[in-house]
Amino acid sequence: MIRFEGVHKWFGKLHVLNNVNLQVKQGEVVVVCGPSGSGKSTLIRTINELEPINEGRLIVDGMDLGGRGTDINKLRAEIGFVFQQFNLYPHLSVLKNITLAPIKIRRLDRKEAAQQAMALLERVGLAEKRDAYPSQLSGGQQQRVAIARALAMKPKIMLFDEPTSALDPEMIGEVLAVMKDLAESGMTMMVVTHEMGFAREVSHRIVFIDHGIILEEANPAEFFRNPKHERAQQFLRQVLSPMH
Amino acid sequence: MLKYKFDWAVVTSGKYFDWLASGLYVTIQLSVVSVALSFLLGLIIAVMRMSHVRPIRWFAHGYLEFFRNTPLLVQIFFWYFGSYKILPQAVNDWMNRQNFEFAAAVVALTIYTSAFIAEDIRSGVLSIPKEQMEAARSSGFSYLGSMRYIILPQAVRLTIPPLINQFLNLAKNSSLAMTIGVAELTYQARQVESYTFKGFEAFTAATLVYVVISSVITILVNIYNKTVLRPMRAR
Ligand SMILES: Nc1ncnc2c1ncn2[C@@H]1O[C@H](COP(=O)(O)OP(=O)(O)O)[C@@H](O)[C@H]1O
Ligand SMILES: [Mg+2]
Repeated sequence: MIRFEGVHKWFGKLHVLNNVNLQVKQGEVVVVCGPSGSGKSTLIRTINELEPINEGRLIVDGMDLGGRGTDINKLRAEIGFVFQQFNLYPHLSVLKNITLAPIKIRRLDRKEAAQQAMALLERVGLAEKRDAYPSQLSGGQQQRVAIARALAMKPKIMLFDEPTSALDPEMIGEVLAVMKDLAESGMTMMVVTHEMGFAREVSHRIVFIDHGIILEEANPAEFFRNPKHERAQQFLRQVLSPMH
Repeated sequence: MLKYKFDWAVVTSGKYFDWLASGLYVTIQLSVVSVALSFLLGLIIAVMRMSHVRPIRWFAHGYLEFFRNTPLLVQIFFWYFGSYKILPQAVNDWMNRQNFEFAAAVVALTIYTSAFIAEDIRSGVLSIPKEQMEAARSSGFSYLGSMRYIILPQAVRLTIPPLINQFLNLAKNSSLAMTIGVAELTYQARQVESYTFKGFEAFTAATLVYVVISSVITILVNIYNKTVLRPMRAR
Protein backbone atom coordinates (compact mmCIF):
# COMPACT_ATOMS: atom_id res chain seq x y z
CA MET A 1 0.00 0.00 0.00
CA ILE A 2 2.77 2.42 0.99
CA ARG A 3 6.40 2.00 -0.04
CA PHE A 4 9.28 4.37 0.75
CA GLU A 5 12.47 3.70 -1.18
CA GLY A 6 15.50 5.73 -0.14
CA VAL A 7 13.43 8.81 0.62
CA HIS A 8 15.15 12.06 1.60
CA LYS A 9 13.70 15.39 2.57
CA TRP A 10 15.30 18.65 3.56
CA PHE A 11 13.91 21.84 5.08
CA GLY A 12 16.59 24.22 3.87
CA LYS A 13 19.76 22.73 5.35
CA LEU A 14 17.91 20.56 7.85
CA HIS A 15 17.93 16.91 6.77
CA VAL A 16 14.50 15.85 8.12
CA LEU A 17 14.15 12.49 6.40
CA ASN A 18 17.34 10.56 5.82
CA ASN A 19 17.19 7.53 3.53
CA VAL A 20 13.82 6.23 4.66
CA ASN A 21 12.92 2.71 3.53
CA LEU A 22 9.59 1.46 4.76
CA GLN A 23 6.66 -0.65 3.63
CA VAL A 24 3.11 -0.79 4.89
CA LYS A 25 0.93 -3.59 3.55
CA GLN A 26 -2.80 -3.62 3.18
CA GLY A 27 -4.54 -4.05 6.54
CA GLU A 28 -1.40 -3.34 8.50
CA VAL A 29 -1.31 -0.97 11.46
CA VAL A 30 2.06 0.70 11.87
CA VAL A 31 2.93 2.98 14.77
CA VAL A 32 5.63 5.60 14.34
CA CYS A 33 7.32 6.96 17.42
CA GLY A 34 10.39 8.97 18.28
CA PRO A 35 11.49 12.10 20.11
CA SER A 36 9.93 15.47 19.34
CA GLY A 37 11.41 17.02 16.19
CA SER A 38 12.64 13.67 14.87
CA GLY A 39 10.61 13.93 11.64
CA LYS A 40 7.49 11.88 12.45
CA SER A 41 5.02 14.44 11.19
CA THR A 42 7.09 15.08 8.10
CA LEU A 43 7.25 11.35 7.40
CA ILE A 44 3.51 10.82 7.62
CA ARG A 45 2.74 14.04 5.73
CA THR A 46 4.80 12.93 2.73
CA ILE A 47 2.34 10.08 2.18
CA ASN A 48 -0.40 12.43 1.00
CA GLU A 49 2.13 14.96 -0.24
CA LEU A 50 1.36 17.64 2.30
CA GLU A 51 5.17 17.62 2.26
CA PRO A 52 6.77 16.74 -1.07
CA ILE A 53 9.88 14.57 -0.96
CA ASN A 54 13.20 15.69 -2.43
CA GLU A 55 14.82 12.36 -3.28
CA GLY A 56 13.94 8.69 -3.56
CA ARG A 57 10.68 7.04 -4.47
CA LEU A 58 7.36 6.97 -2.66
CA ILE A 59 4.61 4.76 -3.98
CA VAL A 60 1.15 4.95 -2.42
CA ASP A 61 -1.77 2.82 -3.54
CA GLY A 62 0.11 2.01 -6.72
CA MET A 63 0.75 5.67 -7.57
CA ASP A 64 4.23 7.12 -7.77
CA LEU A 65 4.21 10.44 -5.91
CA GLY A 66 7.07 11.80 -7.94
CA GLY A 67 5.49 10.63 -11.19
CA ARG A 68 4.18 13.06 -13.76
CA GLY A 69 0.79 11.47 -14.36
CA THR A 70 -0.15 11.29 -10.69
CA ASP A 71 -3.34 13.17 -9.85
CA ILE A 72 -2.63 14.20 -6.29
CA ASN A 73 -6.20 15.27 -5.53
CA LYS A 74 -7.45 11.86 -6.57
CA LEU A 75 -4.86 10.11 -4.42
CA ARG A 76 -5.64 12.31 -1.40
CA ALA A 77 -9.32 11.42 -1.66
CA GLU A 78 -8.28 7.81 -0.98
CA ILE A 79 -6.26 8.70 2.12
CA GLY A 80 -7.82 9.89 5.36
CA PHE A 81 -5.69 12.23 7.45
CA VAL A 82 -6.32 12.98 11.12
CA PHE A 83 -4.47 15.94 12.63
CA GLN A 84 -3.28 16.60 16.13
CA GLN A 85 -5.40 19.78 16.26
CA PHE A 86 -8.49 18.16 14.60
CA ASN A 87 -8.85 20.99 12.06
CA LEU A 88 -12.60 20.67 11.71
CA TYR A 89 -14.26 23.36 9.60
CA PRO A 90 -15.54 25.81 12.23
CA HIS A 91 -18.21 27.36 10.01
CA LEU A 92 -19.97 24.05 9.35
CA SER A 93 -22.07 21.82 11.56
CA VAL A 94 -20.79 18.38 12.49
CA LEU A 95 -22.94 16.75 9.82
CA LYS A 96 -21.78 19.16 7.12
CA ASN A 97 -18.15 18.72 8.13
CA ILE A 98 -18.61 15.05 7.30
CA THR A 99 -20.72 15.34 4.16
CA LEU A 100 -18.88 18.19 2.40
CA ALA A 101 -16.17 16.17 0.64
CA PRO A 102 -18.40 13.18 -0.24
CA ILE A 103 -20.90 15.57 -1.85
CA LYS A 104 -18.43 17.79 -3.65
CA ILE A 105 -15.77 15.25 -4.56
CA ARG A 106 -17.49 11.86 -4.63
CA ARG A 107 -20.66 13.45 -6.05
CA LEU A 108 -22.90 11.68 -3.57
CA ASP A 109 -26.37 13.15 -3.33
CA ARG A 110 -27.19 15.02 -0.14
CA LYS A 111 -29.50 12.44 1.33
CA GLU A 112 -27.17 9.54 0.78
CA ALA A 113 -24.24 11.51 2.18
CA ALA A 114 -26.25 12.42 5.27
CA GLN A 115 -27.28 8.81 5.86
CA GLN A 116 -23.71 7.65 5.57
CA ALA A 117 -22.54 10.45 7.88
CA MET A 118 -25.12 9.45 10.49
CA ALA A 119 -23.92 5.86 10.36
CA LEU A 120 -20.37 7.07 10.97
CA LEU A 121 -21.48 9.33 13.80
CA GLU A 122 -23.19 6.32 15.40
CA ARG A 123 -19.96 4.43 15.04
CA VAL A 124 -17.93 7.11 16.86
CA GLY A 125 -20.74 7.59 19.39
CA LEU A 126 -21.75 11.14 18.47
CA ALA A 127 -25.04 10.80 16.60
CA GLU A 128 -26.74 13.34 18.87
CA LYS A 129 -24.16 16.00 17.93
CA ARG A 130 -25.05 16.13 14.24
CA ASP A 131 -26.21 19.75 14.37
CA ALA A 132 -23.61 21.04 16.81
CA TYR A 133 -20.72 23.22 15.69
CA PRO A 134 -17.12 22.22 16.36
CA SER A 135 -16.67 24.99 18.94
CA GLN A 136 -19.44 23.39 21.01
CA LEU A 137 -17.64 20.06 21.29
CA SER A 138 -14.90 18.84 23.61
CA GLY A 139 -11.51 17.99 22.14
CA GLY A 140 -12.20 14.27 22.24
CA GLN A 141 -15.52 14.75 20.49
CA GLN A 142 -13.93 16.96 17.84
CA GLN A 143 -11.30 14.35 17.14
CA ARG A 144 -13.92 11.63 16.78
CA VAL A 145 -15.80 13.83 14.32
CA ALA A 146 -12.53 14.39 12.46
CA ILE A 147 -12.10 10.62 12.19
CA ALA A 148 -15.67 10.26 10.92
CA ARG A 149 -15.01 13.03 8.40
CA ALA A 150 -11.98 11.16 7.08
CA LEU A 151 -13.85 7.84 6.96
CA ALA A 152 -16.70 9.39 4.99
CA MET A 153 -14.50 9.35 1.89
CA LYS A 154 -14.17 5.56 2.27
CA PRO A 155 -10.38 5.82 2.31
CA LYS A 156 -8.02 2.93 1.66
CA ILE A 157 -5.47 4.27 4.11
CA MET A 158 -5.86 6.26 7.34
CA LEU A 159 -3.02 8.43 8.63
CA PHE A 160 -2.96 9.81 12.17
CA ASP A 161 -0.51 12.47 13.35
CA GLU A 162 -0.50 12.43 17.16
CA PRO A 163 -4.30 12.26 17.32
CA THR A 164 -4.45 12.30 21.12
CA SER A 165 -1.61 14.69 21.97
CA ALA A 166 -3.83 17.76 22.17
CA LEU A 167 -6.42 16.07 24.38
CA ASP A 168 -7.06 16.18 28.09
CA PRO A 169 -6.07 12.81 29.58
CA GLU A 170 -9.67 11.76 30.29
CA MET A 171 -10.54 12.07 26.59
CA ILE A 172 -7.67 10.07 25.16
CA GLY A 173 -9.39 6.73 25.77
CA GLU A 174 -12.49 7.52 23.72
CA VAL A 175 -10.41 8.42 20.67
CA LEU A 176 -8.11 5.42 21.00
CA ALA A 177 -11.18 3.18 21.27
CA VAL A 178 -12.45 4.45 17.92
CA MET A 179 -9.01 3.88 16.37
CA LYS A 180 -8.79 0.40 17.79
CA ASP A 181 -12.20 -0.43 16.37
CA LEU A 182 -11.02 0.85 13.02
CA ALA A 183 -7.84 -1.22 13.14
CA GLU A 184 -9.85 -4.33 13.92
CA SER A 185 -12.04 -3.68 10.90
CA GLY A 186 -8.96 -4.19 8.74
CA MET A 187 -8.09 -0.60 7.85
CA THR A 188 -4.56 0.13 6.71
CA MET A 189 -3.25 2.61 9.25
CA MET A 190 -0.14 4.58 10.03
CA VAL A 191 -0.23 6.27 13.41
CA VAL A 192 2.24 8.70 14.92
CA THR A 193 1.71 8.44 18.66
CA HIS A 194 3.32 8.23 22.06
CA GLU A 195 0.49 6.05 23.36
CA MET A 196 2.53 2.94 23.97
CA GLY A 197 -0.50 1.03 25.26
CA PHE A 198 -2.15 1.46 21.88
CA ALA A 199 1.08 0.55 20.11
CA ARG A 200 1.49 -2.64 22.10
CA GLU A 201 -2.13 -3.75 21.86
CA VAL A 202 -3.22 -2.69 18.41
CA SER A 203 -0.25 -2.22 16.10
CA HIS A 204 1.46 -4.86 14.01
CA ARG A 205 4.72 -3.01 13.79
CA ILE A 206 6.51 -0.15 15.49
CA VAL A 207 8.89 2.18 13.73
CA PHE A 208 11.29 4.24 15.79
CA ILE A 209 12.71 7.33 14.14
CA ASP A 210 15.32 9.80 15.32
CA HIS A 211 16.91 12.71 13.44
CA GLY A 212 15.06 11.58 10.33
CA ILE A 213 16.60 8.12 10.38
CA ILE A 214 14.60 4.96 11.02
CA LEU A 215 16.65 3.37 13.78
CA GLU A 216 14.41 0.46 14.59
CA GLU A 217 11.51 -1.43 13.07
CA ALA A 218 10.05 -4.34 15.00
CA ASN A 219 6.87 -6.04 16.11
CA PRO A 220 5.54 -4.58 19.37
CA ALA A 221 6.44 -7.48 21.64
CA GLU A 222 10.03 -7.39 20.45
CA PHE A 223 10.25 -3.62 20.53
CA PHE A 224 9.13 -3.37 24.14
CA ARG A 225 11.00 -6.40 25.40
CA ASN A 226 14.27 -5.78 23.71
CA PRO A 227 14.81 -2.46 21.97
CA LYS A 228 18.11 -2.74 20.16
CA HIS A 229 19.13 0.82 19.65
CA GLU A 230 20.29 2.82 22.59
CA ARG A 231 18.19 5.86 21.52
CA ALA A 232 15.10 3.67 21.46
CA GLN A 233 15.83 2.34 24.95
CA GLN A 234 16.22 5.90 26.19
CA PHE A 235 12.99 6.97 24.48
CA LEU A 236 11.05 4.06 25.94
CA ARG A 237 12.30 4.79 29.44
CA GLN A 238 11.04 8.33 29.03
CA VAL A 239 7.57 7.64 27.68
CA LEU A 240 6.94 4.67 29.92
CA SER A 241 8.04 6.39 33.08
CA PRO A 242 5.08 7.69 35.08
CA MET A 243 6.85 11.01 35.51
CA HIS A 244 7.13 12.03 31.85
CA MET B 1 -26.07 92.49 12.27
CA LEU B 2 -27.66 89.83 10.18
CA LYS B 3 -30.62 88.13 11.70
CA TYR B 4 -31.19 84.57 10.58
CA LYS B 5 -34.62 83.15 11.31
CA PHE B 6 -34.63 79.40 11.74
CA ASP B 7 -37.44 77.65 9.95
CA TRP B 8 -37.31 73.90 10.53
CA ALA B 9 -40.73 73.39 8.97
CA VAL B 10 -39.06 73.80 5.57
CA VAL B 11 -37.29 70.47 5.93
CA THR B 12 -39.72 68.50 8.08
CA SER B 13 -42.71 68.57 5.77
CA GLY B 14 -44.00 69.49 2.37
CA LYS B 15 -42.22 69.64 -0.99
CA TYR B 16 -38.70 70.13 0.35
CA PHE B 17 -39.04 67.25 2.75
CA ASP B 18 -40.00 65.13 -0.24
CA TRP B 19 -36.89 66.29 -2.08
CA LEU B 20 -34.68 65.28 0.82
CA ALA B 21 -36.48 61.95 1.16
CA SER B 22 -36.00 61.20 -2.53
CA GLY B 23 -32.33 62.17 -2.10
CA LEU B 24 -32.02 59.71 0.74
CA TYR B 25 -33.64 57.05 -1.42
CA VAL B 26 -31.10 57.63 -4.20
CA THR B 27 -28.21 57.60 -1.71
CA ILE B 28 -29.36 54.24 -0.36
CA GLN B 29 -29.93 52.85 -3.86
CA LEU B 30 -26.50 53.99 -4.97
CA SER B 31 -24.83 52.52 -1.89
CA VAL B 32 -26.65 49.20 -1.94
CA VAL B 33 -26.12 48.56 -5.66
CA SER B 34 -22.47 49.61 -5.45
CA VAL B 35 -21.65 47.60 -2.35
CA ALA B 36 -23.18 44.45 -3.83
CA LEU B 37 -21.26 44.84 -7.08
CA SER B 38 -18.03 45.79 -5.32
CA PHE B 39 -18.31 42.71 -3.14
CA LEU B 40 -18.44 40.45 -6.21
CA LEU B 41 -15.67 42.34 -7.97
CA GLY B 42 -13.63 42.49 -4.75
CA LEU B 43 -13.94 38.73 -4.29
CA ILE B 44 -12.59 38.12 -7.79
CA ILE B 45 -9.74 40.60 -7.36
CA ALA B 46 -8.86 39.10 -3.96
CA VAL B 47 -8.62 35.59 -5.41
CA MET B 48 -6.55 36.94 -8.33
CA ARG B 49 -4.30 38.77 -5.86
CA MET B 50 -3.54 35.42 -4.19
CA SER B 51 -3.16 33.47 -7.41
CA HIS B 52 -0.09 31.35 -8.01
CA VAL B 53 0.08 32.68 -11.55
CA ARG B 54 2.32 35.74 -11.46
CA PRO B 55 0.80 37.92 -14.20
CA ILE B 56 -2.65 37.50 -12.65
CA ARG B 57 -1.29 38.39 -9.24
CA TRP B 58 0.52 41.44 -10.63
CA PHE B 59 -2.54 42.63 -12.48
CA ALA B 60 -4.62 42.46 -9.30
CA HIS B 61 -1.87 44.19 -7.36
CA GLY B 62 -1.76 47.04 -9.88
CA TYR B 63 -5.53 47.34 -9.82
CA LEU B 64 -5.54 47.64 -6.04
CA GLU B 65 -2.76 50.22 -5.88
CA PHE B 66 -4.20 52.29 -8.70
CA PHE B 67 -7.77 52.56 -7.52
CA ARG B 68 -7.04 52.94 -3.85
CA ASN B 69 -4.55 55.73 -4.39
CA THR B 70 -6.32 58.07 -6.75
CA PRO B 71 -8.97 60.50 -5.50
CA LEU B 72 -12.49 59.20 -5.78
CA LEU B 73 -13.71 62.49 -7.25
CA VAL B 74 -11.22 62.14 -10.11
CA GLN B 75 -12.41 58.59 -10.69
CA ILE B 76 -16.03 59.73 -10.80
CA PHE B 77 -15.19 62.37 -13.42
CA PHE B 78 -13.09 59.84 -15.26
CA TRP B 79 -15.95 57.36 -15.67
CA TYR B 80 -18.48 60.11 -16.31
CA PHE B 81 -16.51 61.83 -19.06
CA GLY B 82 -14.28 59.04 -20.21
CA SER B 83 -16.30 55.87 -20.11
CA TYR B 84 -17.36 56.20 -23.75
CA LYS B 85 -13.79 55.84 -24.86
CA ILE B 86 -12.73 52.81 -22.85
CA LEU B 87 -15.69 50.75 -21.70
CA PRO B 88 -17.05 48.00 -23.98
CA GLN B 89 -19.96 49.05 -26.19
CA ALA B 90 -22.36 46.76 -24.33
CA VAL B 91 -21.63 48.48 -21.04
CA ASN B 92 -22.09 51.90 -22.59
CA ASP B 93 -25.41 50.84 -24.07
CA TRP B 94 -26.51 49.57 -20.71
CA MET B 95 -25.44 52.81 -19.01
CA ASN B 96 -27.35 54.89 -21.54
CA ARG B 97 -30.48 52.91 -21.00
CA GLN B 98 -30.20 53.70 -17.30
CA ASN B 99 -29.92 57.12 -15.87
CA PHE B 100 -26.41 57.78 -17.21
CA GLU B 101 -25.18 59.85 -14.24
CA PHE B 102 -26.38 57.21 -11.84
CA ALA B 103 -24.71 54.44 -13.82
CA ALA B 104 -21.41 56.32 -14.05
CA ALA B 105 -21.52 56.89 -10.29
CA VAL B 106 -22.20 53.18 -9.73
CA VAL B 107 -19.23 52.22 -11.91
CA ALA B 108 -16.90 54.67 -10.16
CA LEU B 109 -18.01 53.80 -6.63
CA THR B 110 -17.97 50.06 -7.39
CA ILE B 111 -14.47 50.00 -8.78
CA TYR B 112 -13.12 52.26 -6.06
CA THR B 113 -14.77 50.32 -3.24
CA SER B 114 -13.94 46.90 -4.70
CA ALA B 115 -10.26 47.66 -4.20
CA PHE B 116 -10.79 48.17 -0.48
CA ILE B 117 -13.08 45.18 -0.16
CA ALA B 118 -10.56 42.96 -1.97
CA GLU B 119 -7.97 43.87 0.64
CA ASP B 120 -10.46 43.17 3.44
CA ILE B 121 -11.21 39.76 1.96
CA ARG B 122 -7.53 39.02 1.49
CA SER B 123 -6.71 39.80 5.09
CA GLY B 124 -9.70 37.65 6.05
CA VAL B 125 -8.22 34.76 4.06
CA LEU B 126 -4.75 35.30 5.53
CA SER B 127 -6.21 35.11 9.03
CA ILE B 128 -7.64 31.62 8.42
CA PRO B 129 -5.15 29.13 9.90
CA LYS B 130 -3.18 27.29 7.22
CA GLU B 131 -4.32 24.00 8.76
CA GLN B 132 -7.76 24.63 7.28
CA MET B 133 -6.25 24.55 3.81
CA GLU B 134 -4.32 21.40 4.74
CA ALA B 135 -7.45 19.69 6.02
CA ALA B 136 -9.29 20.59 2.82
CA ARG B 137 -6.47 19.48 0.53
CA SER B 138 -6.15 16.23 2.51
CA SER B 139 -9.78 15.43 1.73
CA GLY B 140 -8.99 15.70 -1.96
CA PHE B 141 -10.14 19.25 -2.69
CA SER B 142 -8.16 21.15 -5.30
CA TYR B 143 -6.70 24.54 -4.38
CA LEU B 144 -9.69 26.37 -5.87
CA GLY B 145 -12.17 23.92 -4.35
CA SER B 146 -10.60 24.42 -0.92
CA MET B 147 -10.87 28.18 -1.38
CA ARG B 148 -14.45 27.98 -2.49
CA TYR B 149 -15.87 25.61 0.10
CA ILE B 150 -13.63 26.02 3.12
CA ILE B 151 -11.46 29.13 3.12
CA LEU B 152 -13.60 31.83 1.50
CA PRO B 153 -16.80 31.02 3.43
CA GLN B 154 -14.84 31.56 6.65
CA ALA B 155 -12.99 34.59 5.34
CA VAL B 156 -16.19 36.22 4.13
CA ARG B 157 -17.75 35.79 7.57
CA LEU B 158 -14.75 37.60 9.02
CA THR B 159 -15.03 40.19 6.26
CA ILE B 160 -18.61 41.14 6.98
CA PRO B 161 -17.84 43.81 9.63
CA PRO B 162 -15.25 45.60 7.43
CA LEU B 163 -17.64 45.09 4.54
CA ILE B 164 -20.40 46.88 6.40
CA ASN B 165 -17.94 49.66 7.17
CA GLN B 166 -17.24 49.88 3.45
CA PHE B 167 -20.96 50.24 2.95
CA LEU B 168 -20.87 53.13 5.41
CA ASN B 169 -18.00 54.73 3.52
CA LEU B 170 -19.95 54.26 0.34
CA ALA B 171 -23.01 55.96 1.76
CA LYS B 172 -20.80 58.93 2.61
CA ASN B 173 -18.66 58.81 -0.54
CA SER B 174 -21.75 58.66 -2.70
CA SER B 175 -22.30 62.34 -1.86
CA LEU B 176 -19.53 63.07 -4.38
CA ALA B 177 -21.88 61.82 -7.09
CA MET B 178 -23.71 65.11 -6.80
CA THR B 179 -20.87 66.65 -8.81
CA ILE B 180 -22.02 64.78 -11.90
CA GLY B 181 -25.67 65.52 -11.18
CA VAL B 182 -26.89 62.43 -9.36
CA ALA B 183 -29.84 63.58 -7.27
CA GLU B 184 -28.73 61.97 -4.02
CA LEU B 185 -29.10 63.36 -0.52
CA THR B 186 -26.41 66.05 -0.57
CA TYR B 187 -27.51 67.19 -4.03
CA GLN B 188 -31.08 67.56 -2.80
CA ALA B 189 -29.99 69.44 0.31
CA ARG B 190 -28.20 71.87 -2.02
CA GLN B 191 -31.38 72.18 -4.09
CA VAL B 192 -33.45 72.96 -1.01
CA GLU B 193 -30.89 75.55 -0.02
CA SER B 194 -30.96 77.32 -3.37
CA TYR B 195 -34.75 77.40 -3.51
CA THR B 196 -35.37 78.47 0.09
CA PHE B 197 -32.08 80.01 1.28
CA LYS B 198 -32.52 77.75 4.34
CA GLY B 199 -29.10 76.19 3.94
CA PHE B 200 -28.48 75.63 7.62
CA GLU B 201 -31.68 73.64 8.06
CA ALA B 202 -31.22 71.68 4.86
CA PHE B 203 -27.67 70.59 5.63
CA THR B 204 -28.43 69.93 9.29
CA ALA B 205 -31.17 67.57 8.15
CA ALA B 206 -28.81 65.88 5.68
CA THR B 207 -26.10 65.58 8.34
CA LEU B 208 -28.53 64.01 10.78
CA VAL B 209 -29.56 61.46 8.19
CA TYR B 210 -25.91 60.46 7.61
CA VAL B 211 -25.42 60.17 11.37
CA VAL B 212 -28.49 57.97 11.71
CA ILE B 213 -27.32 55.72 8.85
CA SER B 214 -23.89 55.25 10.39
CA SER B 215 -25.27 54.64 13.88
CA VAL B 216 -27.61 51.95 12.63
CA ILE B 217 -24.76 50.31 10.73
CA THR B 218 -22.43 50.43 13.72
CA ILE B 219 -25.07 48.77 15.88
CA LEU B 220 -25.59 46.05 13.26
CA VAL B 221 -21.84 45.32 13.19
CA ASN B 222 -21.77 44.95 16.96
CA ILE B 223 -24.71 42.57 16.95
CA TYR B 224 -23.09 40.52 14.19
CA ASN B 225 -19.82 40.32 16.09
CA LYS B 226 -21.58 39.09 19.19
CA THR B 227 -23.92 36.60 17.61
CA VAL B 228 -21.97 35.15 14.67
CA LEU B 229 -18.25 35.77 14.95
CA ARG B 230 -17.63 35.15 18.61
CA PRO B 231 -19.21 31.65 18.63
CA MET B 232 -17.30 30.72 15.47
CA ARG B 233 -13.98 31.68 17.01
CA ALA B 234 -14.54 30.23 20.44
CA ARG B 235 -12.81 26.99 21.11
N1 LIG C 1 7.71 23.65 7.32
C1 LIG C 1 8.90 23.50 7.96
N2 LIG C 1 9.93 24.34 7.66
C2 LIG C 1 11.12 24.21 8.28
N3 LIG C 1 11.40 23.29 9.21
C3 LIG C 1 10.40 22.44 9.56
C4 LIG C 1 9.11 22.50 8.95
N4 LIG C 1 8.33 21.55 9.48
C5 LIG C 1 9.10 20.91 10.39
N5 LIG C 1 10.36 21.44 10.43
C6 LIG C 1 11.46 20.96 11.26
O1 LIG C 1 11.73 19.63 10.86
C7 LIG C 1 12.02 18.83 11.98
C8 LIG C 1 11.07 17.66 12.04
O2 LIG C 1 9.77 18.14 12.30
P1 LIG C 1 8.51 17.19 12.50
O3 LIG C 1 8.42 16.26 11.35
O4 LIG C 1 7.34 18.06 12.75
O5 LIG C 1 8.91 16.40 13.82
P2 LIG C 1 8.00 15.58 14.82
O6 LIG C 1 6.65 15.45 14.25
O7 LIG C 1 8.70 14.27 14.98
O8 LIG C 1 8.02 16.33 16.11
C9 LIG C 1 11.95 19.73 13.19
O9 LIG C 1 13.26 20.16 13.51
C10 LIG C 1 11.12 20.89 12.73
O10 LIG C 1 11.47 22.06 13.40
MG1 LIG D 1 4.77 16.15 14.98
